[in-house]
Amino acid sequence: MIRAEEVEKRYGQRRALRPVSFALDRGGFLVVTGANGAGKTTLLRLLAGLAAPTRGALAVDASRDRLGYLGHEALVYGELSAVENLELFGRLYRVPERRERIGMLLERLGLWEARRERVSAYSRGMRQRLALCRVLLHDPELLVLDEPFTALDEEGADRLDEELRRLVGASTVVLATHDQDRVAGLSTGHLALVAS
Amino acid sequence: MSGYVGDVVALARKDLLLELRARDTLPAMLLFVVSTLVVFHFALPQGAGDDAAYGLLWVALVFTALFGLARAWVPEREHAALDGLVLATGDRSAIWLAKTVAALAFLGAAEVVALPAFAVLFAPLDAAAVLGVVLASVGICVVGTLASAMAAAGRGREVILPLLVLPLSIPLVVGGVGASVSSEPRTYVAFLCLYDAVFAILSWASFEYVVTE
Repeated sequence: MIRAEEVEKRYGQRRALRPVSFALDRGGFLVVTGANGAGKTTLLRLLAGLAAPTRGALAVDASRDRLGYLGHEALVYGELSAVENLELFGRLYRVPERRERIGMLLERLGLWEARRERVSAYSRGMRQRLALCRVLLHDPELLVLDEPFTALDEEGADRLDEELRRLVGASTVVLATHDQDRVAGLSTGHLALVAS
Repeated sequence: MSGYVGDVVALARKDLLLELRARDTLPAMLLFVVSTLVVFHFALPQGAGDDAAYGLLWVALVFTALFGLARAWVPEREHAALDGLVLATGDRSAIWLAKTVAALAFLGAAEVVALPAFAVLFAPLDAAAVLGVVLASVGICVVGTLASAMAAAGRGREVILPLLVLPLSIPLVVGGVGASVSSEPRTYVAFLCLYDAVFAILSWASFEYVVTE
């Protein structure tokens, strides 16, 4: 599913990611750890196709419309409601029966009551839950999750745990975290990045 | 509606909805264009002639467009929504086309107020002049949306945008003024059509490379 050989990323003179090699099979669950500045976010952006490696070879066997990326930001519009955001992204992803799918995800991630409120009024944790809805909306075969537990309260973290358990084996997951214990029972591989 | 056109419609509708809620671009554009025309009305010496007035109309329109374009990608910067669009949209040129349509709608709305105001304060506008304004507006939005996407991606976007857009707008101003004052406006109208077509194709084809590395 993913094959990375000596993948390195530089922004000008600054090295954002040291050369890294790994492989991940379909259905695998890779946990990426590393100190701040080690390049976790950079690596995940490379996997999502939002940036290109400076050196090395990176092959990701998943088309863009089958990839779900959760970044540090929610990647949604603040002046739209949760439903409007998901309607827009569902339309762009060509999600079949998207009303039902959106309703189900909002229910599952605990946003149903707040579905018509503008996202600008959401707390950070609620935005993170909405971001997860957006990521899961099109039932991706590859999930790239950058510190998904950030800003979530206990209930939100438990719901995310549930979602991740549901995905194990069905989707390929790459997850960057500082809290490896949280996903200890799920992961099939571990990649530790070293700061440049 | 499905496919590419459906994506463009959905994205443009989103921009119009955002503006309807936030109201942070169009009111400012309207205020700017009207107040500029009023200032020019009092600043222009008596007997300066219509040609000078048409020139001032274009100064007002270009800077009003620039004002709107500077804010074109602001909603996408918030919460990094552009990354979400880039990942979700099959053909990324749909993002550019939708943004161009929205920018044109805002500029068009400003012109609906500006052109009658110009006719009242300065000189009447004939059909060729109005056609020149429409075609030049298309050109400004086509080029400006791409340029503002480039500017939004980097630092110093407020400086970069006018540096990119103003030189590219000069041919449009020449064409627009020519269509307004020339006794043979067809040549200028044809020139504006050609400019719009060439830059629309270039912008449409190159947008993918602007939003990805």
